[in-house]
Amino acid sequence: MGFDFQVIVDSLPFLWKGFQYTVQLTATAAVGGLFFGTLLAMARLSSFKPLAMLAAGYVNLMRSIPLVLVLFWFFFLMPLVLQGITGAERPPPIGAERTAIITFILFEAAYFCEIMRAGIQSIARGQVHAAYALGLNYWQAMGNVILPQAFRNMVPVLLTQTIILFQDTSLVYVISATDFLGAASKIAQRDSRLVEMYLFVAVVYFVLCYLLSWLVKGLQRRIAVIR
Amino acid sequence: MNYNWNWGVFFQQTPDGDAFYWEWIVSGLLWTLAVSAAAWLIALVLGSVIGVIRTTERTWLVRLGNAWVELFRNIPLLVQMFLWYFVIPEFIPPLKGWMTSTEPIYAQFLAAVLCLGLFTSARIAEQVRAGIQSLPRGQRMAGRALGLSEVQVYRHVLLPMAFRIVIPPLTSETMNLIKNSSIALTIGLMELTFRSREMGEYTFNFFEAFSAATIIYIAIAMTANRVMAWVERRAAVPGYIAGGGR
Repeated sequence: MGFDFQVIVDSLPFLWKGFQYTVQLTATAAVGGLFFGTLLAMARLSSFKPLAMLAAGYVNLMRSIPLVLVLFWFFFLMPLVLQGITGAERPPPIGAERTAIITFILFEAAYFCEIMRAGIQSIARGQVHAAYALGLNYWQAMGNVILPQAFRNMVPVLLTQTIILFQDTSLVYVISATDFLGAASKIAQRDSRLVEMYLFVAVVYFVLCYLLSWLVKGLQRRIAVIR
Repeated sequence: MNYNWNWGVFFQQTPDGDAFYWEWIVSGLLWTLAVSAAAWLIALVLGSVIGVIRTTERTWLVRLGNAWVELFRNIPLLVQMFLWYFVIPEFIPPLKGWMTSTEPIYAQFLAAVLCLGLFTSARIAEQVRAGIQSLPRGQRMAGRALGLSEVQVYRHVLLPMAFRIVIPPLTSETMNLIKNSSIALTIGLMELTFRSREMGEYTFNFFEAFSAATIIYIAIAMTANRVMAWVERRAAVPGYIAGGGR
């Protein structure tokens, strides 16, 4: 069995398209997940108990079932929900790519929530009291005092979670979306070149993730010195 | 939403007529548990060994351990699954021969167990290393000063403490392993998620099928949590915070 580099070279444009989708999915899910995750964290720490319990229930549910199953759930539910909202006669076609983006935002929100909750809880309670004493309301205290510090403290953890997310996006394979791995897998099956394509994908992921986590480690050291 | 609810679907016969749908779900659950248990054993043994050698003073052993962890941590699990099932057998002809001649389920089981076991071993190695390094340096020194060999220091002084410290992170790794085992459906292993989707496809009762799988995963997570909490209480060292104030 000869190793055929040509099949990789020939399929580079298609793989590049898949890779762009992977990056787009990672970025959208990270930003969206961070936004909703922060809101969830604030809800979990709320003194209004029903809200806190609802947020905790959502986070625990998302964290106790496999991502594959979550993807299947959303892939099945999304058209039904959209149909319910728009009142259309048949479920609107939404496509695996867009389903994946929404799923990942909502799924990652649960994980980012736990990180942001730890970040918020790492801020001294006196700061909250001081902010209220200065006459700030809840949103002002959160937005101007607590969250900026919580984000800063949690930047390395948030970035590490984003690297994990980058790897996890490969799971959109199960709903047949064409991400980096999905593209490689389609070529691999078309040309019966599984060895070349999967090894290539593994090497690319390894190099990228290794470099990124090395950068995060460097950043972590620099932040640790400042504090 | 126009959806045909039918919770009785679990008691309908499957298309091949020799089973009920609930039996599919149960058999899926059993495969999930079998893969997870086998992979967990590999992960715990290998993870402990790799974690320990990363705390020794032999540079090449530490490097080997670090390389192991980085290798398995920086490749997506799904890609690793494909490597174990499609790529590695190509380089080992006898294995390839066995995999093509045996029942597919055994080949899938072997690939899934190796993949999940080694992937999780890298994560457990990281926890074990952190656990050992969280112990005061004096414990190792005191052990050596008493005349214990390096192996004895690990066996009688460091590891009994380190393993107690890593029980909570080990719990979450165990849950991750059970969740990750669902990725084996990509190589055709008929575990819980696979079976619930299959049931959905045959009956169009996706909601009921996925609900069953979801509830089972939550039940597994809660059970694992309780069991490990019990282990944690039994193993707690008096005088430490987790051991209570005795």
